[in-house]
Amino acid sequence: MSRVTAALAGLVILLFLVSLSIGPAGIGPLTSLNALLVGSDGPLALVMREIRLPRALLAVLVGGGLGLSGAALQGYLRNPLAEPGLIGVSATAAFGAVLALQTGLAAAYALALPAFALAFAAAGVVLVLLLAGPRGGSVTLILAGIAVSSLAGALTALVLNLSPNPFAANEIVFWMMGSLADRSMRHVWLAAPFIAAGALPLLLARRGLDALTLGEDAAEAMGIRLGRLRLALVVGVAGIVGAATAVAGTIGFVGLVVPHVLRPLTGARPSRLLPASALGGAALVLAADIAVRVVLPGEDLKLGVVTALIGAPVFLRLILRTRAEGAP
Amino acid sequence: MRRAGGRPMSVFRRISEALLVGVVLAAAPAMGETAAPGRVVSLNVCTDQLAMLVAGEGQLVSISRLTRDPAYSAMADEALAYPVNQGRAEEIYLLAPDLVLSGSFSSLATTEMLRRLGIAVEVFPPANSFADVAGQIRRMGGILGREAAAESIALRFEQDLNALRADRASGPRAAFYGAGGWTSGSRTLDGEALAAAGFSNVAEEAGLSDGGMLPLELLALLEPDLVITGGDDGPGFSRRQEIMSHPILARIRAAGRDAGLPGSDRVCGTPHILRAVRRLAELRRGLEAR
Repeated sequence: MSRVTAALAGLVILLFLVSLSIGPAGIGPLTSLNALLVGSDGPLALVMREIRLPRALLAVLVGGGLGLSGAALQGYLRNPLAEPGLIGVSATAAFGAVLALQTGLAAAYALALPAFALAFAAAGVVLVLLLAGPRGGSVTLILAGIAVSSLAGALTALVLNLSPNPFAANEIVFWMMGSLADRSMRHVWLAAPFIAAGALPLLLARRGLDALTLGEDAAEAMGIRLGRLRLALVVGVAGIVGAATAVAGTIGFVGLVVPHVLRPLTGARPSRLLPASALGGAALVLAADIAVRVVLPGEDLKLGVVTALIGAPVFLRLILRTRAEGAP
Repeated sequence: MRRAGGRPMSVFRRISEALLVGVVLAAAPAMGETAAPGRVVSLNVCTDQLAMLVAGEGQLVSISRLTRDPAYSAMADEALAYPVNQGRAEEIYLLAPDLVLSGSFSSLATTEMLRRLGIAVEVFPPANSFADVAGQIRRMGGILGREAAAESIALRFEQDLNALRADRASGPRAAFYGAGGWTSGSRTLDGEALAAAGFSNVAEEAGLSDGGMLPLELLALLEPDLVITGGDDGPGFSRRQEIMSHPILARIRAAGRDAGLPGSDRVCGTPHILRAVRRLAELRRGLEAR
């Protein structure tokens, strides 16, 4: 384990503990951690185990997954602008999740929720890969992402507006901006297997992505089968983004910012960047989720607001740099 | 947009109330000493019910569609006797009303359009207290030229309320809890009903006198003796209602510390709020007998 990875792991553990100690009920960190670990069935133990623990766990799972997906997509497309939120995968996943919820399928079969989100996320990845072409230039990639995102976003809004439930239309903002408020362990169990199953092919594809940095021909000469690599990417990103979006909504920019910050520290090698980005993503979402609770404790400030405030300037910087390099 | 939800709207309520105070004041001088309006159209589930209670025979010619829905309206059966409208300016204009009654949730664009077309519009803000209820009944009487009828309904309401009112509001601790984690504080109609039934309001302990979002965490730690839910989830799915199936509330339910109280009696400030007070008083006696 490199020094970068160790430092990131330490940061994730620290932020995880801070996240557990923060909430509207001002309980001291030691009291709350004690209640979590050894508390009896009292209300404090209940709050820790049913409200704060799932929230912190989901931040790690969702953030880690998004960081990993971003790094993998960027490695495969060899483009630092590729990010699940920006290229429309999160938006299509959200549309799938909303369909599963509003048709009542998710209520009948719990697995319908992540399954729908995953299937739609996969369709989103394939669509963007097809539209952007195998060597997706920045412009085509972003334009394809905008087209797919806005279509999926509009369909999500349409389904929520057509819902007979008077509250449903207010939820568009959750699906666009994401939140971890009031989630329970049920959501952790729903998302964790899919995120883990998606992370596996991505982590296994590290060697292939390393080879791909030398170009497609060189990678093929080194025995990397590009078709299989693409399949691993689609399955992995769809599993992660689908499950993460199904339980937490769309949290943008995590997959963009984290690999961007960590790339110089990991020698720009995907094999090292991928695990580091997973840890970095977990740390970023934990920190953002702590921020939304500290800054506006009374409101359900959406996570995506914070990640966008951090992410959009990075995105602009990347665009300027890409333009300066004269890339298409 | 006409909204009928109970608690979740209170923020919007307050905002729209603030906006509409100005509108009401601006409209007041236009009323003057005119004769009682012969054709009255109501656009809002609350003004519908007030008008149905107060109006004379044939005076009220159309009410909103929502008032026929028992989930939102305490007078769904009575509403069947009136033609319904969708609240759009065009159809309202074609009904040729002398007066339009509207709530602060009704679209401002619609009421402004009707005013431009020369139709008098009276806007009623939501009632946040028992005093508002009696006040709005009397105001409706004045507007419809039915002062005597309104006065007797308002007096009856005040007498019934005094007869029902518990001598102290320091009994068991109760909290309203609804979609999105909304609770009602003491300065709301719900809160006054709770106090009148002899409960102390847990929202006060959380500092939410006007109501607002009570985090699930605080609900769990405050451990109310009773959690009062809306009773009706409405059709379809919404994330705001998903909170009602969170393990924390499942435990409250399993312990029998919850009760459903239909929103239809509480959404609007009409004498039907007393039904909610009676039900709450029953619940309190049940708790105290335990």
